[in-house]
Amino acid sequence: MKGLAWHRFGVRPHLLIPATLTLAAVLLSVVPGGFSALPETTPFFALMAVYHWSIYRPELLPAPVVFTLGLVQDGLTGEPLGLFALVLVVVHGLVSTQRRAFLGKTFLIEWFGFAFVAVGATLACWLIACVYFAALVDPLPVALQGILTFAVYPCVVWIFARVARATQRTA
Amino acid sequence: MRQRGGETRRDAISIRVMVQRLALLLLAGAAVTLMLLDKSDTRVVERFRAAVLDTASPVLEVLSQPAIAISRVVEEVKFLAYLHEQNARLREENARLMHWRATALRLRQQHAGLAALLDARADPSSTFVSARVIGDSGGPFVRTVLLNAGRRDGVVGGQAAINGNGLVGRVAEVGLRSSRILLITDLNSRIPIVVEPSRDRGVLEGDNSNVLTIGYLPAGARTSPGDRIVTSGHGGVFPAELPVGVVTSVEGGVVHVQPFVQFHRLDYVRVVKHPFDRPPSREPAAGRGRAPR
Repeated sequence: MKGLAWHRFGVRPHLLIPATLTLAAVLLSVVPGGFSALPETTPFFALMAVYHWSIYRPELLPAPVVFTLGLVQDGLTGEPLGLFALVLVVVHGLVSTQRRAFLGKTFLIEWFGFAFVAVGATLACWLIACVYFAALVDPLPVALQGILTFAVYPCVVWIFARVARATQRTA
Repeated sequence: MRQRGGETRRDAISIRVMVQRLALLLLAGAAVTLMLLDKSDTRVVERFRAAVLDTASPVLEVLSQPAIAISRVVEEVKFLAYLHEQNARLREENARLMHWRATALRLRQQHAGLAALLDARADPSSTFVSARVIGDSGGPFVRTVLLNAGRRDGVVGGQAAINGNGLVGRVAEVGLRSSRILLITDLNSRIPIVVEPSRDRGVLEGDNSNVLTIGYLPAGARTSPGDRIVTSGHGGVFPAELPVGVVTSVEGGVVHVQPFVQFHRLDYVRVVKHPFDRPPSREPAAGRGRAPR
């Protein structure tokens, strides 16, 4: 019944999945107490979402949407406004043009590619932050965030894939 | 014919790639412009941040509840593991505190007597707004938390935020129903303080780590590990004598301070409403604060 109502308005929910899951990733990154063992940093969930969907469904997560979600992340985390937006847009641009290298390959290749993206994004964030604050920002928390982001990527992507499959089935 | 079709398709693809690149450049440029605007403290950026906070706060309020519940369960399990040891420690501490209580009561009486004798003017008392922490910056470059109280509850930018242990930070951004607290550990945090025993004044500086340093101490200031640090109240923004932390080490003139607050365990904080703050335009119960839900 619900599905019928969606269709009547011409909305197909599974097409909104990449953007919705990326928004969820942004919100998740500011939820308190999630990782009490590592209070300093939360994994960069939005980076995982943008990387994953830039490979599989770049047309459903266009650059302006990535930019807007990056701004929301900046607004919520209190980081310099535009910092994550810039990094996410560049990652989206690079990955969506190189997606053929990952399509149809094993997950290990995708994860290996993500290692490069995580290192690059982390380093870029740190450099921009140093320039922005005009100070040598402690690199340890950001390095920790990069490692954490890389480590939890498989779990997060598994959840993304399950949600996407479930929505497609009901659509 | 087929060749021309292929060319057209190739043209279309190259146009699409060009448009994508242009969009990427424009968006990257927009992001850099926003960063520059943010750096210059523009009101538009401030309003945008407040709007994002207010929009997301109902969602965060819901999301933060299970997250806090889970971390509480983890804490409980940890406590259970050390229950016996902790019990012994608390008994010992209790005996010590009973002694301190007797001393405090005696000193309070003495203080009241002396103040009456000198006709001293007491500090105007402060009122509080209690609020729940609904978001954590989680980012690597800033140390902030989000609260579910904002302008309508009487929160004003610059106010001090405390919990049962001591000073948490100050209000940095205020939305209608949410606000952001810049923790004292943040890189941009500067708090005027007093070293308690010597009454030397200084500025407590954060650097994103959990240990703070004191700058601008007068030459020849005598600070030693174990000294308590409290707010000085200078500048009129913060009330005086809010407990902040304790000196852990003094190395080569650099004074390190361990804050009293455990920042990863924040769930409720109180925003101190300075008596000189303007009262909020609405809300008849202003001053009594918002009951934590």
